[in-house]
Order: sequence, then C-alpha cells, then structure tokens
Amino acid sequence: MIRLLVALALVLGLTGAAEPRTTLPDVEDEVMCVECGTALNVSSAPVADQEREFIRSRIAEGMTKEQVKAALVAEYGSDVLAVPDGDGFGVTNWLVPVLVAVLGLGGVLVLYRRWRGGPESRTGAAAGPELDPGESRRLDAELAAFDR
Amino acid sequence: MSLAAAALVALLTYGVVSNGPDTSLEERLARGERVEAPVRDLPRLGEEGTGSLAELRGQVVVLNVWASWCPPCLEEMPLLQRTHEEIEPRDALVLGIDTQDASEDALDFLDEQGISFPSLRDIDREYGREFGVAGYPETFLIDRKGRIAQMRRGPVTEEWLDEHLPPLLEERA
Repeated sequence: MIRLLVALALVLGLTGAAEPRTTLPDVEDEVMCVECGTALNVSSAPVADQEREFIRSRIAEGMTKEQVKAALVAEYGSDVLAVPDGDGFGVTNWLVPVLVAVLGLGGVLVLYRRWRGGPESRTGAAAGPELDPGESRRLDAELAAFDR
Repeated sequence: MSLAAAALVALLTYGVVSNGPDTSLEERLARGERVEAPVRDLPRLGEEGTGSLAELRGQVVVLNVWASWCPPCLEEMPLLQRTHEEIEPRDALVLGIDTQDASEDALDFLDEQGISFPSLRDIDREYGREFGVAGYPETFLIDRKGRIAQMRRGPVTEEWLDEHLPPLLEERA
C-alpha cells in the first residue's frame, strides 16, 4: 500500500500537473479585446480567440489571475486590462470622470439655486422701498380694524 | 453657462475627430513629400535585444505592420518574403512590426509561412500610432534617408511594389 502511494506521488510529480488557480471566465471579464476595445468575454474577433487561448495556457501552467493578467500585459500592452492601472498617467482614467461628475453636480446646484431665485427671495429683503413712520402707523391701524 | 456648453461641444467635437483615421500622412505623400519616419527602439521578435529604423539608415525598408491573428496579413506574407529575398542584395529589406500579438503565436505564424525577414514587437501599438496605423496590415516604404516615401493601407500587391520600390532602390544613401 505504501509503495502504491509513493508510486502515485511520483507519477503526479513527474507529470507536473498544475492545479488551476483561476478560470477563464474569472480573467476574461477583467480583460479587453485589444483590437475591438470591448470586454473579452463578449468579443468574437480573431485576436480575442488568441487572447483566450493565451489565458487558457497560462491557467494550465498554474498561474493565478494576477499572474495571467501580468503575462497578458507583457504580450499585449496595458490596453488589455479592463481596469486601468492606478499609477502614473493611468490615474487620470479614474480622476477625470470623478472631476467631471463633481463639476457637473456643482453646475446643477448653481442652476437650481438661480432657478429658485436665490436666498434673497426667502427673506424678502429686496421687496421694495421702506415705509415712512406716518404710513407705517396708518397701515397698522387699518390692519387692526380689519382684524376686528 | 454658455461657456460650459461651448466647452462641452468642443470636447465632443474633439472626440469625434480624434477617433477617425489620421489622413495627414497620406495627404503629404500624395503631394510628393517625404516624411521623416518615426524611430523607436522595440523588442526583437524571437530574439534578445531591441532594434529600430535608426540602425537601418542607408537601406530601403519595406516596413510592414502585421499580426498573426490578422487574416489579410497571412495573404500578403508570401509576396513580402519573395520581395525580401529579391531586394536584400540591393541593401534593402522587409522589416515586420508585429503588433499586439502573443509572441509564441507570432513565431509559429512566421515559421509556418517560411518567413526569414526580421520583425520587431510593437506591444502596445504606440509605434504604429506614430505612423497613423488604423488597421492591419499596413505597409510603409522607407527610403535610404529614413523618410516615408509611400504607404499602403491593406495588403500590398505585386503591382504596387513594382511601381514604387524600384525607384527607391536606385537612390543613393
């Protein structure tokens, strides 16, 4: 029995069978077709087929997802990644959309406030000229008579 | 508000225009100009080290942009190989630029086709962009002074090579 187990271990060692550490779908949706610019998992272009075959062979070698992606970048350039790098010029891929969204929201808020008339209309501060004391007393008297 | 709208329109216009093929090189060549070819060090396909057009100054170069996953590239390979064999004695060569291609597949492709002309690897397609490459294959005829004399989008033909290559081969460095 022990001999059998040792023999089995030797055979497995000799064949060098690598345990898969990721899958094609797991990598495919984070990678682009470099020619058509779409996600790899929705592309049927010839280069997409080549990329998938490349991924399968690297998975068969036992690479992790990150290792497979690094190998793809070495072969096809950084454009192959669906998610841009977070360093150097790649930062702008994240920064610009955020800035545009913030500016856009700011613009909407400014327009909304102008449409609503701004803070002055709430306090009535720009309602018109002030009454003199005589007119003010006459107004109070008429309002008091109205209340009776 | 009007400034923001104008900026948005300008940005959209730029986006539309910049995504179209670059025809400025074609226009200049059509006027008979010769344009200095971009030069960049690129990794050699199937070999150690790098290479560039700068090393080939003094030679006529048929610079062919290809990829192993590109069916029209396969069509023109036999003609390019014959051309390479014919012009080599005249201080000229075909130089492939293998673009966004798995190197193993590219080497298998060349082996199957019996290709002996050298290729460099344009991994991220940036070198091709300097030429205004919009698809594959594309071919540029580089004169002995390192200037683009002719270009062709799509597979080359024997007629096109017969028309444009001999005059360049006659020129001195």
